[in-house]
Amino acid sequence: MPVAFDPAKSIAEYAHPEALVTTDWLAANIGTEGLVVLESDEDVLLYETGHIPTARKIDWFTELNDAVVRDYLDGEGFAKLLSGKGVKRTDTVVLYGDKSNWWAAYALWVFKLFGHEDVRLLNGGRDKWISEGRELSREVEFVEPSEYPVVERNDAPIRAFRDDVVAHFGSPLIDVRSPLEYTGERTHMPDYPQEGALKGGHIPSAKSVPWAMAANEDKTFKSLDELKSLYFDFAGIKDGDDVIAYCRIGERSSHTWFVLTYLLGLKNVRNYDGSWTEWGSLVGAPIVKGEEPGIAPAPKR
Amino acid sequence: MSKLDKTAALIEDFHSLPLRERLTLLLEFSDNLPALPARYADHPDLLERVEECQSPVYLFVEVDEAKDVHLFFTAPAEAPTTRGFASVLHEAFDGVSADTLLAASPDFPDQLGLTEAVSPLRMNGMRAMLARIKRQVREKTA
Repeated sequence: MPVAFDPAKSIAEYAHPEALVTTDWLAANIGTEGLVVLESDEDVLLYETGHIPTARKIDWFTELNDAVVRDYLDGEGFAKLLSGKGVKRTDTVVLYGDKSNWWAAYALWVFKLFGHEDVRLLNGGRDKWISEGRELSREVEFVEPSEYPVVERNDAPIRAFRDDVVAHFGSPLIDVRSPLEYTGERTHMPDYPQEGALKGGHIPSAKSVPWAMAANEDKTFKSLDELKSLYFDFAGIKDGDDVIAYCRIGERSSHTWFVLTYLLGLKNVRNYDGSWTEWGSLVGAPIVKGEEPGIAPAPKR
Repeated sequence: MSKLDKTAALIEDFHSLPLRERLTLLLEFSDNLPALPARYADHPDLLERVEECQSPVYLFVEVDEAKDVHLFFTAPAEAPTTRGFASVLHEAFDGVSADTLLAASPDFPDQLGLTEAVSPLRMNGMRAMLARIKRQVREKTA
């Protein structure tokens, strides 16, 4: 049974307030039966330096990715991972992390590939919890393994592959990387090794909306009006549009995917996790350099 | 102990531990990263940012009259892995000769046995730090 939703006014205006909880709510609900708190950070050691009491760690890189192929876990792998963390299929999972929940949103997106029903983000993430002077713990509790069922991943609704992008041309694409990545100005110099793509620039017609524009200074999400103005007025998305968001490897764009899906309520938003590290190295893929989005080629279905 | 042995000793230290405890050792390094001396703390403009790291880490290299290398790093507490990498590099190379540093294997970060625990992408950041240190040493000994 899901844990009761957070009725806080600060999140009530969003399309799906049930996908968020406030720090007040979490502080009051720690230890509630059926609630599992998971921390997902960019930094693999950050959890160890202190975490929200009872929180367990989940690492996007070493745990959610397949060890060999560039892909996510399969159903069996996910079941094994979550069983080991004592998560049940019916549990309410609250995810939080560093960097405005950038990595927590990524983990949430992966949970949704497996259709875990009740996953929520802690609004403001780790930073807000800490800035409010709330308790941190270094204690790692023993968890009783659970029996998480094997559920096959269902990519199609929320995950775009490169061919889906090609078929999508003409509908909104959002590039959430930094402006220099978007224009393709970042240059390679000797002894400045970069992991990344062979070419710089962006996918034709993609609008540049860096992911962090959706976050406030205190790492919470911007208000509904601000988000509407950013994505509807500025980026030109219309209610009912199909949207694909991308970044470099699909992590920052998970944050934007969350905003568009749960806060603005768009129904068909996909994250292209191949993102620039794939597109910018694909032979023959169309690329636009500079500040202008450029023209979308004809879609190929 | 010759200076080159320091990298070998570090590699041995990490490999003597099971995977999970290697992270704990890295966290200890992170906690012990020396603070910047005042001459850099007051002049962040002198430091070079390591763009390849997700977290803001800055480094500066000095080469003294004896051609020995001195390393300075700063990275925020919220980036313990990056701090840990910086601290391991400091332990390995602070005080070595410029020639020793330039001769060090660019693969030293990969030899620590952390790749599986940390991920290859994150290890790139540490390789990038070492590459930038070498470039600064080359520039300062040219």
